[in-house]
Amino acid sequence: MNLRKLVLVGNGMAGVRCIEEILKLAPNRFEIAIFGSEPHPNYNRILLSSVLAGDADIRDIVLNDWNWYEQNGIKLHTGQTVTKIDTEKHLVYTDGGIVESYDDLILATGSLPFMLSLPGADKEGVIAFRDIKDCETMIEASRKYKKAIVIGGGLLGLEAARGLLNLSMEVSVVHIFDNLMERQLDPVASKMLQRELEAQGMRFLMEKHSEEILGDRRVTGLRFKDGTVEEADLIIMAVGIKPNVALAKENGIEVNRGIVVNDFLETSVPNVYAVGECAEHRGMVYGLVAPLFEQGQVLAKRICKRETDPYEGSIVYTKLKVSGVDVFSAGEFMDSPDTRAIRVHDEFAGIYKKILVRDNKVVGAVLFGDTSDSTRILQMMKNETNVMEIKRVSVLENPDSAGVSGMAAVAAMSDEEIICGCNGVSKGTIVQAIQEKGLCSVEDIKGCTGASRSCGGCKQLVAQVLESVLGDKAQIAAQKEPICSCTSLSREEVLAEIKEKHLTTVKEVMYVLGWNQEEGCSKCRPALNYYLNMLWPEEHEDERASRFVNERLHANIQKDGTYSVVPRMYGGVTSPSELKRIAEVAEKYQVPMVKVTGGQRIDLLGVKKEDLPKIWAELDMPSGFAYGKALRTVKTCVGSDFCRFGTQNSIQMGIDIEKKFERINTPAKFKMAVSGCPRNCAESGIKDLGVVGIDGGWEIYVGGNGGVHLRAGDLLCKVKTEEEVMEWTGAFMQYYRENANYGERTSYWVERVGLANIQKVLEDPETRRQLNERIDVALSVLKDPWKEIVQNEEVRAVYEELPVLA
Amino acid sequence: MKSLEAVKVEVAKLEDLPFQTGRVVKLNGREIAVFRLSSGEVRAVENRCPHKGGPLAEGIVSGNYVFCPMHDWKINLADGKVQAPDDGCVITYEVDVKEGKVYISM
Ligand SMILES: Cc1cc2nc3c(=O)[nH]c(=O)nc-3n(C[C@H](O)[C@H](O)[C@H](O)COP(=O)(O)OP(=O)(O)OC[C@H]3O[C@@H](n4cnc5c(N)ncnc54)[C@H](O)[C@@H]3O)c2cc1C
Ligand code: SF4
Ligand code: FES
Repeated sequence: MNLRKLVLVGNGMAGVRCIEEILKLAPNRFEIAIFGSEPHPNYNRILLSSVLAGDADIRDIVLNDWNWYEQNGIKLHTGQTVTKIDTEKHLVYTDGGIVESYDDLILATGSLPFMLSLPGADKEGVIAFRDIKDCETMIEASRKYKKAIVIGGGLLGLEAARGLLNLSMEVSVVHIFDNLMERQLDPVASKMLQRELEAQGMRFLMEKHSEEILGDRRVTGLRFKDGTVEEADLIIMAVGIKPNVALAKENGIEVNRGIVVNDFLETSVPNVYAVGECAEHRGMVYGLVAPLFEQGQVLAKRICKRETDPYEGSIVYTKLKVSGVDVFSAGEFMDSPDTRAIRVHDEFAGIYKKILVRDNKVVGAVLFGDTSDSTRILQMMKNETNVMEIKRVSVLENPDSAGVSGMAAVAAMSDEEIICGCNGVSKGTIVQAIQEKGLCSVEDIKGCTGASRSCGGCKQLVAQVLESVLGDKAQIAAQKEPICSCTSLSREEVLAEIKEKHLTTVKEVMYVLGWNQEEGCSKCRPALNYYLNMLWPEEHEDERASRFVNERLHANIQKDGTYSVVPRMYGGVTSPSELKRIAEVAEKYQVPMVKVTGGQRIDLLGVKKEDLPKIWAELDMPSGFAYGKALRTVKTCVGSDFCRFGTQNSIQMGIDIEKKFERINTPAKFKMAVSGCPRNCAESGIKDLGVVGIDGGWEIYVGGNGGVHLRAGDLLCKVKTEEEVMEWTGAFMQYYRENANYGERTSYWVERVGLANIQKVLEDPETRRQLNERIDVALSVLKDPWKEIVQNEEVRAVYEELPVLA
Repeated sequence: MKSLEAVKVEVAKLEDLPFQTGRVVKLNGREIAVFRLSSGEVRAVENRCPHKGGPLAEGIVSGNYVFCPMHDWKINLADGKVQAPDDGCVITYEVDVKEGKVYISM
């Protein structure tokens, strides 16, 4: 078989996207080689802003990994820059000495950042924002330095500035005009944007002309034409880009501003094509991915000798990817004498919408504060919809109902309408993929169709399409809930990653899995700490700072900021001497209230924080864990020893269970009870796990709850011996520990996963044995926290107020 | 114009402040929560949540924020502002760290 040889110069977004299209059209037509100057496989340049902002990790933004090239038989030369093309002999040469022949050659060399030729621009610490290396340089600099200047108040500059703020740098943005993003926004939107960004902590130096970069070896500041100076340890130039055309130009290919191409992306030289930011089509050079992808589709068909419509140019539109600021701009955005506008400006809500109309057709729009209409407006522009035919008030919609109206709008969309502009994925394509492949999450759709794979701006729309298709079944999809708003990963995904990558600290999890809040929140921190403890009981060091106050201080915080102390009394049984000690301590520390709890323990209420360690020391009893997501109490009735009905020794059973499982952390608090007969005096039917003695054996109930979510427990099993009660209890607890969401009580969990499913798992003796083995390991490393604190001076200090020293 | 010179009071040695954890100091009858952030910076705010008076020193600290241990309000330790959807603010105190000693300006 004689394959044609296809060579791509430029391993970036446009070129590789075109190759993907070609592989789809004609998987066996070409032998492909790709050259890229950068050392990485193809990645999503757009998301560099997100990497900088801490929302993604560099690993997350790889579009096609090394495997992909291999699987598709593509020869990839990274770190190789093509320096010469022999258009006669059909050969390309690289700086590393590689020579490759071609039948078809695609140039997709992208662009180069435009660097102002200021004196001092060559100093260390002056960089552009274009590739992974720049991004790494900024992250690195933020560790050592404080102050950054971004030159350029356009899209790229602002995204860089936002990222640097997230990296805890002070950031000043220098702009030569008095309006930010002046190529996308009108003055009204621009001022609103500036105000919002100032509120986020950005400083602006408007209408400033840079003159000289100061410093010896490394930059120390920037001087302006007006003589003023701004200090800086890092300067990012984000003033524009220029098509990277040197290679084409030096090798006889026609170049104007970009490499000149016709409607089929053909250059002036036969069999040489250009696509992407380096190409100039009908006088236009595009700096955004959507047009480049449209070009790629046409070129792919052309190269594969398929019928195709010519490429006739693209409508450009942009969204600013800065959290908390929604900005969208498309087409024309400045009022002109022959345009009329539909305008909404709500200064209270911080919303501004302007749609420009010429000859009754939408020719452009600026949206600030609420961009939920952007897809619809773009569609109107593309279809040249007559605005006389639409309800103009629809743009006045209340953004609060955007979710609802969004659903309706999605349902009303035709199949041809584009949902993901970046990747040109239509509603029809997504609907078809959902139906045919049984997809049930946005993530699946992304993997399958590419929708929302680039800038992510259409994620919400994709979710709405999913919901509109799945209807009731969307619940299945909804089950994939992120553990909190700091991540998009579900509990299952987080656990899988922790195991696979062997992550061992909360911080590491957040860093590696790209948390969008560097240190998480009060929801995910305790959850991750729990998951790590559960997965690596011997290895993970419990992280106090990620524990809720009750568990950190080992006492229950009360509404007035005092604490309550509940010592452990196994099975609810105590002794006269223990009672005396409790009474003495209560008197000595003037405990305002002594109360018997619902779980048959004694509670000392109203204790001052600084008294806690002293009280524990004097009580000399183990901690009752009345404050933790842990085994609380095992309540018992009097049982066969004393009760005339009792068939089993419930007290001893309760004590045994409590002694064995005390201190174990569970996803939520875990209450138990043992009753001697079905009269159930210990209320075993409404416990997370309740044991009831019957003639010749025991019944075990699970998922009961006496709290807000009142629920009678389900009968898990009947067993004969005490050993079996222990075995099933251990297995159930561990299975719950491993599978419930953090914070999920057994009553919810049993309902969610179904009793039958739990029974099926636990019925297997080997599984029960393994679960018990794992819980035993977890138990083996636990120590009594009160005792530890009493003995450890350093930890004890935390309970005391700081003395005022001077 | 400030009529009174701020008074700097030494409240702790840096090493007495565990990372991401609050400690309490009482000064002039006020209760102040002092935090050492993971960035190493020290912040001080009044130890009373504007919601129902929760002791902020006992909250979970994330970056520059503390989550109140009572009902989970989120408070910015730099400017004392309660974060949306809740509303309010707490007094913040200026902190200086010199030679490992932490001073609060009153
Ligand atoms: C931080 C940032 C944020 C952005 N955000 C957005 C956004 O939100 N929306 C949007 O639409 N666009 C955005 N863009 C623009 C978008 O990334 C570009 O339009 C797009 O990547 C251009 O694709 P390309 O393939 O033409 O060029 P590139 O992706 O730049 O690829 C060109 C590649 O060719 C390589 N190369 C060049 N010359 C040679 C040679 N001689 N030999 C070998 N290799 C060579 C280069 O190293 C480079 O890797 C953003 C850009 C940046 C930098
Ligand atoms: S549950 Fe049965 S054994 Fe226990 S106290 Fe009540 S009646 Fe007696
Ligand atoms: S007291 Fe702080 S949140 Fe209620």
